[in-house]
Amino acid sequence: MELDYAIEVTDLVTHYGPRKILDEISFTARQGEVMVIMGGSGSGKSTLLRHLLGLHRPTSGSIKLLGKDITQLDADAMFDLRKNMGVAFQGGALFNSMTVGENVELPLREHTKLDDNTIKIMSRMKLEVVNLAGFEQLMPSELSGGMIKRAALARAIVMDPKLLFFDEPSAGLDPVASAELDELILTLRDAMNMTIVVVTHELESAFKIADRITVLDYGKILMSDTVAAVRASEHPRIRSLLDRTPRNDAIDPDEYMERLTREIIRT
Amino acid sequence: MATEALLAFVEGVGRRSLQAVREVGYLAALLVEALYWLVLGRWRRQPVRLRAIFKEAVGVGIDAIPIVGLASFAIGMMLAIQGIHTLRTFGAEGQVVLGIALSVTREFAPLITGIFVAGRSGSAIAARIGTMQISQEIDALRVIGINPVRYLVAPLLAAMLLTLPALTVMADLVALFGGALYCAGELSLPVDVFFSRVFAALEIGDVLQGVAKSLVFAVVITLIGAGNGFNVSAGAEGVGRATTRSVVLGCIGIILADMVFTFLASR
Repeated sequence: MELDYAIEVTDLVTHYGPRKILDEISFTARQGEVMVIMGGSGSGKSTLLRHLLGLHRPTSGSIKLLGKDITQLDADAMFDLRKNMGVAFQGGALFNSMTVGENVELPLREHTKLDDNTIKIMSRMKLEVVNLAGFEQLMPSELSGGMIKRAALARAIVMDPKLLFFDEPSAGLDPVASAELDELILTLRDAMNMTIVVVTHELESAFKIADRITVLDYGKILMSDTVAAVRASEHPRIRSLLDRTPRNDAIDPDEYMERLTREIIRT
Repeated sequence: MATEALLAFVEGVGRRSLQAVREVGYLAALLVEALYWLVLGRWRRQPVRLRAIFKEAVGVGIDAIPIVGLASFAIGMMLAIQGIHTLRTFGAEGQVVLGIALSVTREFAPLITGIFVAGRSGSAIAARIGTMQISQEIDALRVIGINPVRYLVAPLLAAMLLTLPALTVMADLVALFGGALYCAGELSLPVDVFFSRVFAALEIGDVLQGVAKSLVFAVVITLIGAGNGFNVSAGAEGVGRATTRSVVLGCIGIILADMVFTFLASR
């Protein structure tokens, strides 16, 4: 069955304590496209990613991944869905007590009943894809930043997932390593028809890899459209993000005084 | 002003009590979940692997043998020294064997074992899980579809429940041997006579009481270590705090559990 949308988020509202983080978020991503979620620090993009991964329960709204609403799924169905999801975290999140090879093998060991040699070969194939062949015996602490990200990517794709999530691929990398990672993402989309969600604040990388871009700002979606449309946008907040101008929000003097004196003057 | 301070104090007490109740509730839930995976994991396609249990058993049990052995040897000898010193005032130093036999098996062996394992492993558990929490490794486990409690806590709990009673029995024997050596020197009581008197004096219930205590301690150490680890949120400092907390709370928990258990068992 061919699904129209690999990801379909509708009216997602989330809170962190009493604070509203995401406000009525709706967007879609088609099968086989690279969707970049872009926004400044504190825009809620990391929160959105954590909700897409099913790590938190939203206040309201629905998140459909591959046609299944993960806010309604029971544990068993979620377990099955997770086999079709790969995630590469910002810091890699490789298991430090295991070698690189064991890290990549782990999903196969947990989800399949393949024999040891097959698992080894399959994980080596993925390490070849990310140009880390021959590094499987090293511990994560012995790798450079770029290698950790690539190893994390190898672990994320070892089950050949339909959905791949990538958190800040270029954060903390030099331009060359970051460009290599971008190429890798495009290769994965073309070769394996994966739907790839990339969360980033790097403009250059975003424009290079994205099929479509969703721009988040203060927990709301400013636009979710093609690269060309985002580039051409006249929206002041998007422009300031693209032109790297600082935000010049007008200060309300009363509110400012209230913030400074809060909890000092008791009414 | 005075009423305000009093109110603030009462509020603080209430807040802390609520916090404590919440924490006990959390640990109870953790215990139920860990036992659930141990028993039913196989049917939920998330088995607790024997390999992982043995690996943990080596870490918390086998590796603790030297230190627990040394400590219990010293305790046994100390009991003999104090016992002979005290009983000499009544001219009853021959009765020291009974005193050593009962206090070692019912009290000191499980207590010393518990405290040393809490110091060695309780802190290690909290540090390991806490570090995994802040480096997103726990999230990585969840998105791969591995329940963190099943993967990290259940094998540990099983390993503790297996090795702590064994360590306690070992501590029984080593402490008695320590006592025997001192008695051999001080009272010219041959070691074999010492042990035959010990075995004549002891009932199976005395040893079982110590072993049963060690099972309670195993649960206390595992839950406090793991619970503190999972609740780490504030970076490296948080890990340090969780480690300290798990040792302090672990030792206190053991002593309190010991008191309650002894009270109930000797009625």
